[in-house]
Amino acid sequence: MDYFFTEQQQMIIDTAREIANEKIIPVRAELDEKNQFPREILQDIAKADLFSIFVPEEYGGFGGGCYEIVLALEELARGCVGVATSFAASALGIFPVILAGTEEQKQKYLPDIASGARWAAFGLTEANAGSDAGGIRTTAVQDGDDWVLNGTKQWITNGGESEIYSIVALTDPSKGARGASIFVVEDGDPGFSYGKKEDKMGIRSSATRELILKDCRIPKDRLVGKRGTGFITVMKTLDMSRPGIASLGIGLAQAALDEAVTYAKQRVQFGKPIISFQAVQHILADMAVQLEAGRALVYAAARHIDSHPKDMSKVSSMCKVFATDMAMKVTTDAVQVLGGYGYMREYPVEKMMRDAKILQIYEGTNQIQRNVIGQELNKEYS
Amino acid sequence: MLIIDKDKCTACGICESSCAFAAIAVEGDCAVVGDSCTLCGACVENCPTGALAIETAAKREQHDLGDYSGVMVFAEYRHGDIAPVSFELLGIGRKLADRRGVKLSAVLPGGRVAGYSGDLIAAGADIVYLAEHPELEQFREDSYAAVLEQVIRERKPEVVLAGATAIGRSVIPYVATAINAGLTADCTKLEIRESDGALLQTRPAFGGNIMATIECPSTRPQMATVRPKVMAPAVPDPNRTGEVISVELPAQALRSAMVVLESVVNKEDQVNIQEVETLVAGGRGLDNEKGFRLIRELAGELGGAVAASRAAVDSGWIPYPHQVGQTGKTVSPKLYIACGISGAVQHMVGMQSAEIIVAINRDDKAPIFDIATYGVVGDLYEVVPRLIKRLQEIKK
Amino acid sequence: MNILVCVKQVPDARDVRLDPVTNTLAREGVESIMNPYDRHALEEAVAIKEQQGGTVTVITMGPPQAEVVLRDAIACGADEGVLVSDRAFAGADTWATSYTLARAAQTLGSFDLILCGKQAIDGDTAQVGPGLACRLKLPFAACVQKTRTVTTDSIEVERMMDDGFDVIRLPLPALMTVVKDINEPRVASLKGKMKAKKAEIRRYTAAEIGADPQCIGLAGSPTKVVRVFSPEARGDRRVFSGSIDEQVDQLVECLRAHL
Repeated sequence: MDYFFTEQQQMIIDTAREIANEKIIPVRAELDEKNQFPREILQDIAKADLFSIFVPEEYGGFGGGCYEIVLALEELARGCVGVATSFAASALGIFPVILAGTEEQKQKYLPDIASGARWAAFGLTEANAGSDAGGIRTTAVQDGDDWVLNGTKQWITNGGESEIYSIVALTDPSKGARGASIFVVEDGDPGFSYGKKEDKMGIRSSATRELILKDCRIPKDRLVGKRGTGFITVMKTLDMSRPGIASLGIGLAQAALDEAVTYAKQRVQFGKPIISFQAVQHILADMAVQLEAGRALVYAAARHIDSHPKDMSKVSSMCKVFATDMAMKVTTDAVQVLGGYGYMREYPVEKMMRDAKILQIYEGTNQIQRNVIGQELNKEYS
Repeated sequence: MLIIDKDKCTACGICESSCAFAAIAVEGDCAVVGDSCTLCGACVENCPTGALAIETAAKREQHDLGDYSGVMVFAEYRHGDIAPVSFELLGIGRKLADRRGVKLSAVLPGGRVAGYSGDLIAAGADIVYLAEHPELEQFREDSYAAVLEQVIRERKPEVVLAGATAIGRSVIPYVATAINAGLTADCTKLEIRESDGALLQTRPAFGGNIMATIECPSTRPQMATVRPKVMAPAVPDPNRTGEVISVELPAQALRSAMVVLESVVNKEDQVNIQEVETLVAGGRGLDNEKGFRLIRELAGELGGAVAASRAAVDSGWIPYPHQVGQTGKTVSPKLYIACGISGAVQHMVGMQSAEIIVAINRDDKAPIFDIATYGVVGDLYEVVPRLIKRLQEIKK
Repeated sequence: MNILVCVKQVPDARDVRLDPVTNTLAREGVESIMNPYDRHALEEAVAIKEQQGGTVTVITMGPPQAEVVLRDAIACGADEGVLVSDRAFAGADTWATSYTLARAAQTLGSFDLILCGKQAIDGDTAQVGPGLACRLKLPFAACVQKTRTVTTDSIEVERMMDDGFDVIRLPLPALMTVVKDINEPRVASLKGKMKAKKAEIRRYTAAEIGADPQCIGLAGSPTKVVRVFSPEARGDRRVFSGSIDEQVDQLVECLRAHL
């Protein structure tokens, strides 16, 4: 379907597609098998200027919006969701600075993010604060000209691989969610270290790691935004980033559909290619319909977010729910079309199905997304 | 220029579909040629009404073709041996020379190579032009080119043949350019045209998807490189006699601008399977590591290298650099023989652009047969030894 | 270091087939691409430039639409593109092509290093690079698999041989042709693509490079194609039957016809 992209958007799509075809697809199975972080591929992505698309022009970026990120992520995810997640996490990690950072912070970090010289990560989740993000226990206490952070962040994408971390910590624990603030912690800061590296079901090329803050001392200018506004920035950041996760589902489902149709045309049973059987055709047709519906929703949501920055929670959640549930369904169906072969590591759909599952879980589970949508509906009809 | 005869053109469109460059199209009631025309002649060949012709305007100054006589072969020496292709060249060279009733000669440059002259004579050479010099110990393009250029200028052969080897494909184009001769690369067939004695050179193009026959109508010598393993090697006759003529070159002409610092012979595992023309690949059907001995033997017989499917690599039978497929290398050799490989899509994407695919498999339903040019249904442990034996018989 | 890279626009050979019925070239869906080996030559040139400073100029001889590959090259890091285009060049064989490129290179000025892909995938001749070296009287190495060191007056490379490789040192200026092993070409960057879109392509006609009409195009080509045809038995897929011996005999017969 023609989505009438601008010339610049088409350029982003083409570039990301080339990265997927040339750099990601040839090695994705190996990265998955070895649990190996795609450092070289991220460097290729940097050389191709893709890290610059979400950075404002005045800081060396392309000044693209949510839509541009969505388009790039979709193509990267068509190659590998693990690699695409590593890329997306850098965007997620720097959004707080873009949204709420001081001019000095922007000058300091954004040009490096745009050039891909440094990567970012987002540190919110803790062992007892997942869907209930308000339950975080990490604290930040002012001590003279410094902040001192204590706590442990869990399941942090790009943990140990990035240089720049946006850490959410309580500055006024008594105020609960209203007492949270965001800080930039840099690799090498005193008291900052990395813990356990997770062994995951899917997106195995991405690094998922504990961040340990033990009397981690950072200068006071690392506070992002006003003290106590941390959760407002977190919510804005996630509203911006969820369509990106949705687009990972689109790219992944597209890849699964491609594999399934190609296979169905080649695989002969009962003397005919299995695509000639209606039972198979109907599975493929449903996959294609769901995929295109998801894509249209994600693109529309991204365009909406780019033009209505104050009203984006509901569409952001809707596209995330729909596209990632769809990706789970479509990748599962792809495995079904490939049958026994689909279940084997030799074919890529098995990995795609494993990769799909995380999309329903991270950046807010799909249940939490439905809560958001439900609450918004409740407000709208009051 | 491509000339279109408007009266003869019927706008049938065959020229349009015959053009690989989208350079000719029917507009209205006549074909029109565009800027991307390369004058390849495909449309002229296919035009059913003879409406197309290629006009060659200026003719270059012609060599006096009658001055040139004899067939000359570049005998390639490296690391202690004459390259096998040199004997294949002498085999075909002898046939061409006999056909023309002329002499066959070999040019042999090297450091200390006089001892090989006899082998070349036994293999059919009437004359060996021996260029022995310390400067020629290592292959260096410029000094080897100087030798060949001088011998060809002096002796004026009508045909010069060289192997399409790393050395041949490097130095021969340089020499052909220097002496203003036409050169055809990688010939698979060489014939003499009865009517005028011209050398017809046939070679594959477009990755082997089409064949082209080429001639050099107005220049001499007619030069060609020939793919190794294509021509049958000459059967040596130790009783043949011939003449050895030393090539004298001033040391200055042999002095090279290049320095060879090191010459490394690869171990088997370092052979880049993407760069060889023949690959013999083994898969799960080998059942064990020992199966690769057989695969190696067949590869050796064909002058190729060994490849493998992921299943064989994962089983630890052969190291990863040999793996072909999605997670291995993509190869497009001239000949790919898949032994005991069922043909998972993952494997096929890595080798399906091979020019000729031979599948050897027990299971006649194996998907590999769908893309194979030739399929042999049977146990590879019976098929491959038999194939090796037949290939050896042919060589003799 | 000023580097010249010779590139060629080629039909994607994987798609080119002769129609077995009409014996015509089926070109439907055949895309034009930058010759893959030339992409590696370009990457090597850009990598050397990034290390040594200087410029990378890309040159192609071809029809006006070959401009696309020059813009592609600029997107991948080249500084300038030169299109040598004239109807008179049509039908050139490798001899006439190397003549034309040599004239154009001399017209452009002097270069420290000239890089070419090992061969073009449409012709597979691997003759233009060495021919160009001959015309420009440059030392050269064919099939380079690795650049070891580059200095202002010499380059040390690994030249692939049939049984391994030679490490050789060439004085500059020099020419080399490269194989795919030499590097992993980069994906064109967004900034590169934008630069490429706006880039001014320099154009030369036969007259502008002072080419002798007798040495260019079909007229200047010592070789002439007299016949184009499908490889025998191409598309004629056969799964043999019978005893193992019979099948092997059939296979050997078929392979002999091909080889």
